Amino acid sequence: MISVRDVHVTFGRGTPLENRALRGLDLSVADGEFITVIGSNGAGKSTLLNVLSGDARAERGTVEVDGIDVTRWPTPKRASLIARVFQDPMAGTCERLTIEENMALAQARGRARGLGAALDKPRRALFRDKLAMLGLGLENRLGDSMGLLSGGQRQAVSLLMSTLAGTKTLLLDEHTAALDPRTAAFVLDLTRRIVDEQKLTALMVTHSMRDALDHGSRTVMLHEGKVVFDIAGERRKAMDVPDLLRLFKQVRGEELSDDSLLLS
Amino acid sequence: MSLIATLGAIEIGLVFALVALGVYITFRVLDFPDLTVDGTLPLGAAVAAAMIAGGVNPVFATLAAIVAGCLAGSVTAWLNIRFAILHLLAGILTMTALFSINLRVMGVPNIPLMNRPTVIDFFAWLNPLIAMTGLPGRPTLRVLALLIIVLVIGALLARFLKTEFGLAMRATGANPRMARAQGIRTDMHVYVGVALSNGLVALAGALFAQTAGFADVSIGTGTIIAGLAAVILGETIFRTKSIVVAIFSCLIGAIAYRLAIALALNAGWLGLRASDLNLVTAVLVGIALMLPGVANPLRSLFKRSAP
Repeated sequence: MISVRDVHVTFGRGTPLENRALRGLDLSVADGEFITVIGSNGAGKSTLLNVLSGDARAERGTVEVDGIDVTRWPTPKRASLIARVFQDPMAGTCERLTIEENMALAQARGRARGLGAALDKPRRALFRDKLAMLGLGLENRLGDSMGLLSGGQRQAVSLLMSTLAGTKTLLLDEHTAALDPRTAAFVLDLTRRIVDEQKLTALMVTHSMRDALDHGSRTVMLHEGKVVFDIAGERRKAMDVPDLLRLFKQVRGEELSDDSLLLS
Repeated sequence: MSLIATLGAIEIGLVFALVALGVYITFRVLDFPDLTVDGTLPLGAAVAAAMIAGGVNPVFATLAAIVAGCLAGSVTAWLNIRFAILHLLAGILTMTALFSINLRVMGVPNIPLMNRPTVIDFFAWLNPLIAMTGLPGRPTLRVLALLIIVLVIGALLARFLKTEFGLAMRATGANPRMARAQGIRTDMHVYVGVALSNGLVALAGALFAQTAGFADVSIGTGTIIAGLAAVILGETIFRTKSIVVAIFSCLIGAIAYRLAIALALNAGWLGLRASDLNLVTAVLVGIALMLPGVANPLRSLFKRSAP
């Protein structure tokens, strides 16, 4: 469960480049809900995820995860509640470390890391089983360094890693944006499978209105640091991309003017 | 090259193997280029020598040197983390301060340790074995004692880097943002890593004082470059990503480097003197860094700071 109440975030306050990224954003996500978040560049999508993960601090308002007020928690502490997959395939894994070492790092998320061996037989067996589910042949490459994998493979492993520690909240930050269309479709499909199987509460930021409607159970659009509309259920099912654009115009009284959002 | 000169080169190579391990932790594991070590090596020598000269048990003196090194490393990490001072500059600040501190610790610029008890004495049980080989007794004992110490510490370090804590430290250096997202307190790991690195270098200093028979404030100059040279040389000999081999290659690199230096200084036709050591080292490391394809800590550092 996620609850964001009246959150404000400003970057570079008091400078000519002052940017009010979030301006009183409210959002609650129920347990097991899979929300897609859209919005043009600068709408505050990434800042919303950063405020949830702890990479950005809310200067006003509160952030709650699973009923715990985490507004003042730093990123590592929040990792006990939240998993995250980054947009850049390089960002979510350590390329210098091996696949199994990356997975061991993720499996220890949220608990104390002591002087026991990071890798042992049962863990390797677990990782092998998990990797086999991907169907990419990675289960035979546990000792390969992460840097040898393609972007799509890395995102697939990142997704797996996000589930290893058993946290129930998953943040996806345009995690298919850097992939080619076929790989992106594979990773999106895998995302859906994992979210369903593990009954995760997921928040997926995407640049593609199409993907936003095709995945999850609810779609939220951000604009200038606020939620402009929030659709779910039958109403959402009946909608297509042009309907979203119409809705935006209706709510804001202006045309959406972001080519990348319209073209995708 | 004479047998005594060869043993001497291996002896100093083993001392610098510990420096190489320290440099490996900061430059390679943490991606934190730490220059403090130019001050920590003489600090370790100063603490150990002053205490031994004062009648303290050499084992306690050596342990005290390690603690002093860890503290010096923590200061550098603190300057970097708490006040966001560039890591290179933070290291130089601590190193500069240490020069004065080392003089304070010693009271004089040079402490001789001739005929004092040292940790090497605890390895006297090896003497009957050495006598059987016919090798010169005292130099061989020093080499064997250092070899045992270095191998034990290398094995402990390799084991440490494979623990959950050690793996988190490697992630801190490889991708700090990912590490934090995985719940790793990266600041704490930088503190521990830089302290550990400087503790090892201080141990090297303490062992240097006890094997060479003196401590001097000036022995620190060029420590970082010599350590880097050993790490780079080791990596060139063994191209690997495995931690165990990487640690082993640091040890081999340090010894091979000292042997190469000794050979160069011994070759009369080159016309080199012992005082040319730092120039030779700097030129060799410079060439290693210019070569394409050589695993290169400085290059990755510069690549990172570019936009």
